[in-house]
Formats: sequence, C-alpha cells, structure tokens
Amino acid sequence: MAITDFVISSNLPMQATPPDWPGGYWWHWLFFTIALIVFVLVMVMGAIYIERRGLGRMQSRLGPNRTGPFGLLQPVADAIKVLLKENIVPDKADKLVHWLAPVVAFVPALMIFAVVPFQDGALLADLNIGILYVVAISSVSTVGVFMAGWGSSNKYSLLGAMRNVAAVVSYEIPLALSVVGTVLVAGTMSMNGIVVAQDIPFILLQPLGFLLFFTAGCAEINRSPFDLMEADSEIVAGFHTEYSGMKFAMFYLVEYAEAIAISAIITTLFLSGWRGPLLPPWLWFIIKVIIVFFVMVWTRTTLPRIRIDQLMALAWKFLLPLALINLFITAIQVLVWPTDLPWIMVIINIAIMVILVLIWSKFFKLGWGRVEV
Amino acid sequence: MKFERYGIGIIKGLTVTIRHLLRHPTVSQFPEQRLNISRRTRGNELIWSREKCTGCGTCAKTCPQGAIEIVTTTNLADNKYEVEKYQVDTGYCIQCGLCVEACPYDALFMGYSYERAKYRRGDLVQTNDELLESPERPASGYFHPEIAKNLPRQTLLVEKIVEKE
Repeated sequence: MAITDFVISSNLPMQATPPDWPGGYWWHWLFFTIALIVFVLVMVMGAIYIERRGLGRMQSRLGPNRTGPFGLLQPVADAIKVLLKENIVPDKADKLVHWLAPVVAFVPALMIFAVVPFQDGALLADLNIGILYVVAISSVSTVGVFMAGWGSSNKYSLLGAMRNVAAVVSYEIPLALSVVGTVLVAGTMSMNGIVVAQDIPFILLQPLGFLLFFTAGCAEINRSPFDLMEADSEIVAGFHTEYSGMKFAMFYLVEYAEAIAISAIITTLFLSGWRGPLLPPWLWFIIKVIIVFFVMVWTRTTLPRIRIDQLMALAWKFLLPLALINLFITAIQVLVWPTDLPWIMVIINIAIMVILVLIWSKFFKLGWGRVEV
Repeated sequence: MKFERYGIGIIKGLTVTIRHLLRHPTVSQFPEQRLNISRRTRGNELIWSREKCTGCGTCAKTCPQGAIEIVTTTNLADNKYEVEKYQVDTGYCIQCGLCVEACPYDALFMGYSYERAKYRRGDLVQTNDELLESPERPASGYFHPEIAKNLPRQTLLVEKIVEKE
C-alpha cells in the first residue's frame, strides 16, 4: 500500500479514471486487492496443474491423474498435505530470519500484480511509472530467498541463495534494458498505456526485446534451465532445503506466483495485454498469460540445466550487449522512422534479431568452439 | 557452418517435446491396465506335468541352484519310475530355464503369469500338485513354440494402450 500512498501524496496524475464508487479509492483498492489475491492463488493452482501435466505429457508420462477428474484436484491435495505437515526449524537456524523469509519472498511476487491491467483501466494502481515499479519490486523477492538461505544454517541453502543473488543481480540488467525498448516505442511507462499503445503487438516490433526479456525473465524467477539455485541434483533443493510445512508451501507459491507474474508482464509488454477480438478483455489476458506460462513449461522440460559459469556468461556476454544494441536500434527507429510504416519495421526488426543472434552466437561459444571434452 | 550452435538445437529440442505432448503417453496405469508380456517369458514359476514326467531327474541334475528335489520309487508292476515328490524351491530359482530345455519328455514349462509373489517364505517351496498347470499358472512359450503360438502378442509401449477397466 505504500506505493499507492506515494501516488496520492505526490499528486501524480492517475491515467485511468478511478471508479466512481462510494468511498472512492478505498473501495477500488479493497476490491482489487481481494481480486488479485484470489486471481494469483487460482492461477497458481492452474499453473501447477498445467506444469505437472504438461511436463508429464512432454516426457511421455501421464502426470498426476488420481485426484479428481483428470487429476484436477492435485494442487488442492498438495496444499492440504503441506498444510498438515509438521513445521521443522533447524536447531541452529536464525529463527526470526527463517520465519520471515517466506513472507518477504511472497509479498513482492503478489505486489507485481498491482500494476498489471486486466482490462482497460482495470488494475489496482495505474502508476505512470508502472514498469519501473515492476522492475524494482520483482528483485525484492531475492532478499527473501537470501534470508531463507542464511537463516537455515545449511550449506546447501546458503549455496543456493548465493547463486540466486548472483543470477538475479546479473539478469536484472538485460531484463530492465529490454523493457526500455518497449517503453521507447510505446512512449509511456504506464502498464495500461503500453497496452493501449500496442496496435501491433510489441513481440513483432521488438522481437529481440521479447527474446531477451523472456530469457532474462526465466532466469530471474529461477525457472529451468536457469534453476541453479534449487538444482535438486546438486544442492538438494537450494534455499528451501530446510523448510517444511506451510513455510515450504509459501516458497512453492512464490515460485509459481513469480512465474505467473512474469507471464503477465510479458503478456502486457509484448503480447498486447488484454487486447483481442471477440472475447472479453480479461479472458484474453488470462489466455495469453496461460500461453506464455505454457511456453515456460515447454522450455523447462526441453532444456537441461546450465552451469553457473554458463549462466553468468549468458547474462553478461550475450544478453547484456544484445540488450544495449536493441535499445540503441530502437531509439534510432523511434527517432527517424515514420510512424505510418510499422509493418516494414516489423520485418526489419525480425531480420535484425536473426542477424544479431547469429553473430553473437559466433562470439559466444561454449569452450571457445572446442568440441571434445 | 553448423547451425546447432546458433540456437537451432534449442528449436529442435522444442519440436521433440511438443511431438511428445501431441502423441499418446507410453506408460500404462498398472493395476487398471495390464500389458501382455513377452510370449517367451521365463516367468518366475515352474510348471510341471505329472503325466509326461518319467522321474528321470535330468532337471534336478541341470539346475545350477539345486532347487529341484525329486524322489521316485520303482513301480515293479508297470516296470517304471513313479514320482513321489517333485519339489521346487522357487526362492532359489534364477529363471535360467535350463531345466525346461533339459527335460527330455517336455514335462517342464516356465510360467507365463506374473504377480505371483508370496507372503511367506515357506510358500516359495512348491511341491507336486502346486506345480501343475492351472488357469492361474499358465505355461509360457519359452522353449515351446507350440504354446507361444497361442499366446497373445506382446504389447509394445509404442502402441497405444486402449484397454481400461
């Protein structure tokens, strides 16, 4: 709520007209806060179902199919199981930090949704710096993860947390830089404004930006192939090794809430958010979020986990230079390109993306092109 | 110029996984769906035919584990052996199938059924009538092509498993 207080106190202009309800903003906030929490929880359950079933089918398995029709109640069963479990805190753990960590990790993941528009103007707070808020708040979860790693007094937890911090700090930069491209094209930082500006989805106008944002976003939220911090085959479960019961469930929730959040941001920034024909806007939004999440599941089940040095190299040698070049090219295009010829720019930008990725792959070879081990 | 290094490899992998998604899964839900096992399986039971057995004891001599115990008496009236006791300790059995191959009178068969685990160790020692063929203990087609001919074909995992109860 602090950010909304800030908006009120500094008298920044709200871009969408606030609903004319009795009580004004407060009813708006109450309604949207409850709606967002419900939305996140329901979407997380759906995401867990999609992930486990999709993952299973892509590996020629069936996935969970015992609880309810088609295994639809599996997330419910998991939630009940995890709620009833014993809460074990290690003897040497820093109790307060250990207890606070899941909360600190979960709240930012939920707060991201405050600026995600579900419909024209239907969002908790239409900040005129919406995307900046997202970039700022999304990295706060790392503090929770590091608290968990530190508070557990376990070498695997600490290792996982250290890896997480290293990864997130590195991937913040290409993430933010690839967002700037869309902001330049849209001419606004408001999430709703960006959606309104997308007559052509920005995935076409900014294909390279989309690729970079997707990769950096996957790394930011620790999804495979960048899930080094919870690499179960190396460091047990990373930062949540020592967590059980509801606190573990919170971390599980954070993982999926963040995935949904990144999907929602990608939908808003690159896939023209709630815009679409025929269906109601909020439905379009949810469909697009699920599609983006499905692509995340798809890449997760396909790609093997990368090493920590490869993770760092990908961020600093591949994503960062390409993000800078993308920003530079976008800036020039916004300056000089006539606005009535967007489709030619689409073709040019896709060609630029292909060429840049090819060139950079040449520079960025694992083992400097050495084939044998 | 190998394009695998330029991100094509990732796309190839993605097509593989999406093809897996679109085809049927290659697992079976065991208690509900049962696959046909190989027709020539060397199952974990031994089937013995009292009619064909002459009590020669070749099987007991071949068995590398010494799991087969056979006691015979001489029937002087008919001038032949009579099997008094044919006992197999299937706990020792290594499913090598040598006894089946060695039997000169085709009196031994490997079992075709699975799920024949016992609850007590004593149950593993099977004697005389427990070894006969019965609907629960069908004979496998191992070393007996004429039996294999009548058994259903083995279900392959690439085939779609349709039967469901």
